[in-house]
Amino acid sequence: MLGYLVRRILIMIPTLLAISFITFAIIQLPPGDYLTTMIAELESRGEAVDHGQIALLRQTYGLDRSFFEQYLMWLSGMLVGDFGYSFEYNLPVNDVVGDRLLLTTVVSFTTIIFIWVVSFIIGIYSATHQYSLGDYVLTFIGFLGLATPNFLLALVLLYLANVYFGTSIGGLMDPSYIDQPWSWAKVGSVLAHLWIPVVVIGTSGTASMIRRLRANLLDELHKQYVVTARAKGLPRRRALFKYPLRMALNPFIADIGNLLPQIVSGAAVVSVVMSLPTTGPMLLDALRSQDMYLAGSFLMFLAVLTVVGVFVSDLALAALDPRIRLGGGVAR
Amino acid sequence: MTAPNATTDGAAGTPSHYVSTAPFDPHETERLTARQERYYLASQWQLMWWKFLRHKLAVASGLILLLLYGSTLIAEILAPYGLDSRDTRHIYAPPQQLHLFHDGEWIGPFVYGYTYRLNMTTLKREYAVDANKIQPLRFFCLGDAYDFWGLVPGRFHLACPAEGGTLFLLGTDRLGRDMLSRIMYGTRISLTVGLIGITISFLFGITIGGLAGYYGGWVDNLVQRLIEMLRSFPELPLWMALSAALPVTWSPILVYFGITIILGLLDWTGLARAVRSKLLALREEDFCVAARLMGASPRRIIARHLLPSFMSHLIASATLSIPGMILGETALSFLGLGLRAPITSWGVLLNEAQNINVVALYPWLMLPVVPVIVTVLAFNFLGDGLRDAADPYR
Repeated sequence: MLGYLVRRILIMIPTLLAISFITFAIIQLPPGDYLTTMIAELESRGEAVDHGQIALLRQTYGLDRSFFEQYLMWLSGMLVGDFGYSFEYNLPVNDVVGDRLLLTTVVSFTTIIFIWVVSFIIGIYSATHQYSLGDYVLTFIGFLGLATPNFLLALVLLYLANVYFGTSIGGLMDPSYIDQPWSWAKVGSVLAHLWIPVVVIGTSGTASMIRRLRANLLDELHKQYVVTARAKGLPRRRALFKYPLRMALNPFIADIGNLLPQIVSGAAVVSVVMSLPTTGPMLLDALRSQDMYLAGSFLMFLAVLTVVGVFVSDLALAALDPRIRLGGGVAR
Repeated sequence: MTAPNATTDGAAGTPSHYVSTAPFDPHETERLTARQERYYLASQWQLMWWKFLRHKLAVASGLILLLLYGSTLIAEILAPYGLDSRDTRHIYAPPQQLHLFHDGEWIGPFVYGYTYRLNMTTLKREYAVDANKIQPLRFFCLGDAYDFWGLVPGRFHLACPAEGGTLFLLGTDRLGRDMLSRIMYGTRISLTVGLIGITISFLFGITIGGLAGYYGGWVDNLVQRLIEMLRSFPELPLWMALSAALPVTWSPILVYFGITIILGLLDWTGLARAVRSKLLALREEDFCVAARLMGASPRRIIARHLLPSFMSHLIASATLSIPGMILGETALSFLGLGLRAPITSWGVLLNEAQNINVVALYPWLMLPVVPVIVTVLAFNFLGDGLRDAADPYR
């Protein structure tokens, strides 16, 4: 297990390095930088441009250096917890971001837990009651959930909430808590608001998980050993939980690797629609205004969140499956 | 197999038992029915087609998609209004219902006209149905002028509003443009984005996956790591970042191609994986070894012998990844990072419905959601059916 752990961590390092390089390359892609955008804006408004100050800014943030020098500066800054400077807000990125990263993590992981719990229950029900009315209804809802893009689901929910309850369900906490220091009351308010975005973001993931668990479990349930167990007089429930379910659960956990990027993607758009105080809306703004360090930090954070999540799921899988733990390699 | 013509004894040269002298036809013993014969002699594609036809939901989805794609060919004629026709007297008009009978009397398809009033206290535009204004539809008529595919000018429409009347079956937007017509024009863009994107990702997937699977070794390792890395990147934020990097000076057409390329650039990983694992299994097959021994080049072996044997699987998985692209474009345009105004796609139309107030006051602006969901579902069912049919021998 220890060997596997070490190997797994060693693989993560080059992955993260490569991701940071791609991220940096992408945020450098647009021609010019934030300062040229700013100059153009000032000039179009007919205001005087202080070229001395611009040059000073450019030098301070290394914008006049070569691409690789800038990348190394950015990377080494990040390693010591300095994510650069947001030109738009005129503040270090660390101060601008605030607790958005925390809230994004909370939303993402709550969504995963939601997906697991719901698809676990429904998947088992669908598999053990194959071709029943309940199975058909759930399959249909699952397909709809799979096909409806979650930002549209968010819109529809906002509309329905407005029509039937006359309230806005956007946001992640009561408006009175915004910009307040953290307190138990604020945590409570977040928890009370959390379930709507979690359901919206989790729907499509839940739908695909249900289908997968149902298919896997059905495969297992038709195998000889289950028939033997039943023939020997094992109660139905025990004959389900003891072996078939454990076998079917494997891909369930391995799939977090595919699920997490999807959730993070979904959360980014949904949070724009529902104006959640997470990374999504600010990333969108930063991308639009070419605030490169801010955008880069968010992209990097989202990627790290995914990589770490996949790492955790691989560990869980290793703990569950001795074939992987003992060096057989991940069977996907 | 025990045939009726037994062998001779051989020792004495005289038959030791009866031998029939009638001519023997081996097919006589196991006569195949015409049906069986057709089945056994059918080509692989023929078998796939039969198996596909048994999947009713997939066939229906395929027909729906054919209709949708067909409609994009003649969107100008099908749409009652032009793409940018504005009716400034009907801004944010609600959908009109199509009726057939008025007071129990048959009239044919018609709509009731609006009476419009600006509510001075709420400043809300209020449209009421006026049962006195009966506006029968005209069919095969001359209406708003358009350039067919941007080339041939024309005025012919399938259906037009009555003279001086209106025909807003799905309402109008903030500039008084007919939603139904705009959705029809949007179909053209939204559906082709997926096709072009999948072509790009197909090329990438086959080339890169093919190289990895055929050569194996360090090439395979490198490609595998690259794919793993790309897959651990959340797709949408990356799409957002890339499309935000498209220069604002680009013309709408260039932006359109830019977006499709971006969608394709990140999507090939799944296909490449499928190609690779199939190649790894197939390249050890006898026919492949034979081709190599006869001196065929790797390119020829991949293209002539390996690709055809799993093309069907590739087509099925490509079909399953088109909806992801359509949704991707919709999401990007919805956020304002994708296609921009003169180009009309479902996502661009939905961009107007971003604001919760708009959604609450004018819910019909959310209607482009419906074709998105229908298309995505249809592609999913079609892909499922194709995937089942891709392996007709199972």
